[in-house]
Amino acid sequence: MKRTLATIVVITLLAAFGTHRAYAIDPLEFKDRAEEVRFQHLTKQLRCLVCQNQDLADSEADLAKELRQQVFTMMQSGKSDDEIKQYLVARYNDFVLYDPPLKPGTWLLWFAPFALVLAGALVVLGILRRRAHLPPAPIELAEINSEEDW
Amino acid sequence: MTGRLLPLIVFIALVALLGFGIYWNEHHEMTEVPSPLIGKPAPEFTLPLLYEPQKILSRKQLLGKPYLLNVFGSWCPTCQYEHPILGGQIKQLGVKLIGLDWRDDPEDAKRWLAQFGNPYDAVIADRDGRAGIDFGVYMAPETFLVDAQGMIRYKRIGMFTPETIKDELLPKIAELTRSSP
Repeated sequence: MKRTLATIVVITLLAAFGTHRAYAIDPLEFKDRAEEVRFQHLTKQLRCLVCQNQDLADSEADLAKELRQQVFTMMQSGKSDDEIKQYLVARYNDFVLYDPPLKPGTWLLWFAPFALVLAGALVVLGILRRRAHLPPAPIELAEINSEEDW
Repeated sequence: MTGRLLPLIVFIALVALLGFGIYWNEHHEMTEVPSPLIGKPAPEFTLPLLYEPQKILSRKQLLGKPYLLNVFGSWCPTCQYEHPILGGQIKQLGVKLIGLDWRDDPEDAKRWLAQFGNPYDAVIADRDGRAGIDFGVYMAPETFLVDAQGMIRYKRIGMFTPETIKDELLPKIAELTRSSP
């Protein structure tokens, strides 16, 4: 019983600290957990320029490592998340942000889905209105027994 | 009548959209990130010369004449393809060619240049890659055309081919001489 308990404790500890250690790829010296969480949160929102479908937090590319280091250094010098994002956008365009900012060039991107849903809703509404004026269709026997056709 | 044709119309519209997508993909490099720096002043840099590390070259020292800043590295296979093309044509282009040896070991770079030739007017070493990041470099080779006022006028991502030199770079260089005689 004692041994099982000890095993459970060890496994729990390993699970807790193991994942904690595996979280950051680079050996960066975070001053506390909050800073590390902030770093992870920020680099998850940034795109790696080399492997473009990967975020900066996950990428193993050399450039990504250097950019992570740069993000870390800027955090250390007291820069806000927005300032760090601005620094990267000034060099690599909005493309480094996974969330495209709302501006005239991205209106189509942001609003086209809503416009399409709205257009669809209007079409459905139109059809329903037209149908409302029609007399109810007579129910035919064939329709009721339609299962037999299958 | 129109009700019956509607599915066909929708289908044709969908095919047209997908066809346009294929066409667009064929004619565009989808991984290319357009630089926000075009039309803006080139970032400041102060970097040691590869062959004389005690001397530095800065953005300010290069003002007054247009130049091409070619980002390369001895670790970069595509640079080997571009190297003879750009090197062979630079004389006819009429601008200086500055090499930015990016994230590289200086010894490797010297060996690379000894092997493949050195067409550069000057080579600066950006060992930690910081200057490259300031220029928004994310791969190699990349090449910037900087005018006499220190403004970035054009950027090529990836290697130059004889065609891209003729179709893209030459017109941009011609623009420079027209705007500032």
